[in-house]
Amino acid sequence: MEKENLYNYLLLLGDNSMILGQRLGELCGHGPELETDIALTNISLDLFGQVRNYFQYAAEVEGKERTEDDIAMLRYEQQYKNALLVEQPNTNFAHVICRQFLFDVYHQLLLNELVNSKDETISAIASKSIKEVDYHFDFSSTWLKRIGDGTEESNHKAQEALNQLWRYSMELFKESTIEAWAKETGVGADLEKLKNAYLSKVKEVVAEANLELPVEEVMQFGGKEGRHTEYMGYILADFQFMQRAYPNMKW
Amino acid sequence: MNKEWPIWEIFIRSKNGLEHRHVGSLHATDSEMAIQNARDVYTRRQEGVSVWVVESKYITASNPEKNGELFEPAKDKVYRHPTFYNLPDEIKHM
Repeated sequence: MEKENLYNYLLLLGDNSMILGQRLGELCGHGPELETDIALTNISLDLFGQVRNYFQYAAEVEGKERTEDDIAMLRYEQQYKNALLVEQPNTNFAHVICRQFLFDVYHQLLLNELVNSKDETISAIASKSIKEVDYHFDFSSTWLKRIGDGTEESNHKAQEALNQLWRYSMELFKESTIEAWAKETGVGADLEKLKNAYLSKVKEVVAEANLELPVEEVMQFGGKEGRHTEYMGYILADFQFMQRAYPNMKW
Repeated sequence: MNKEWPIWEIFIRSKNGLEHRHVGSLHATDSEMAIQNARDVYTRRQEGVSVWVVESKYITASNPEKNGELFEPAKDKVYRHPTFYNLPDEIKHM
């Protein structure tokens, strides 16, 4: 039971990075500027590096001779535990930055807690990832301020993105059964404790960006339990195609 | 309105103790973004430990048309090179 819980917790941690990494990977060759294109795909690669660490460990914990690739590629939609936020589409650059920002603030707080995880491997992965994520936050927050506090048009686009994406923010802090286990055993973090820090950090940057958080938003939940938005199926179709069409293919 | 981002020249120090070297240029709207872009474009493979950025417009370049007067007079001043010393064999790497 412990093993299964740990396995599921690793999947939850990995899936957020993986689906966001996939979304950013879609932008490869399509970034608004060459330099931004490279920056976004760098972030994607950072995230996939983290996923590999989580899933290699998950494969070891599971002990069924499956590999990190099997875990990444060969699950059904309902078995992915990522939050709804990270699967939201690359509607425009403001959406990409806003999604990244809302995730980065959470990711940074979470990893800072996971550094102290009772599980040594998770603690080591967190220590390694935190530097990457510190940079992701610098990148997304400076860009959010640039867009939000830019022209009337860019401000409008950033506000529209924030209005669209904010409804997925609180799912990050809604404790699932598996996260409750992680909190109680000291493997994971107490999400409730992170929520206030999250809100104050987000509010600070949003204010600097000359934007406003939507008030009385109806929050959306379900990703962690495998109930995803309509976008998830398309992501997985892209993501899994080669493995489904040509099982066990390698390059 | 000019929608092109300004060009920045990027200098990278590959390790402590060495000098910053010009590695290329890129687009950015401000110095902070130029540093971030330089980090992403030019230090992906551990090329550096420090980055300098300078907006290209602040660099004054010599005029190629003046190459004659600027550089050619040095051509026949071979005595400016320390090549007339006899080096003892024991001295290597000179």
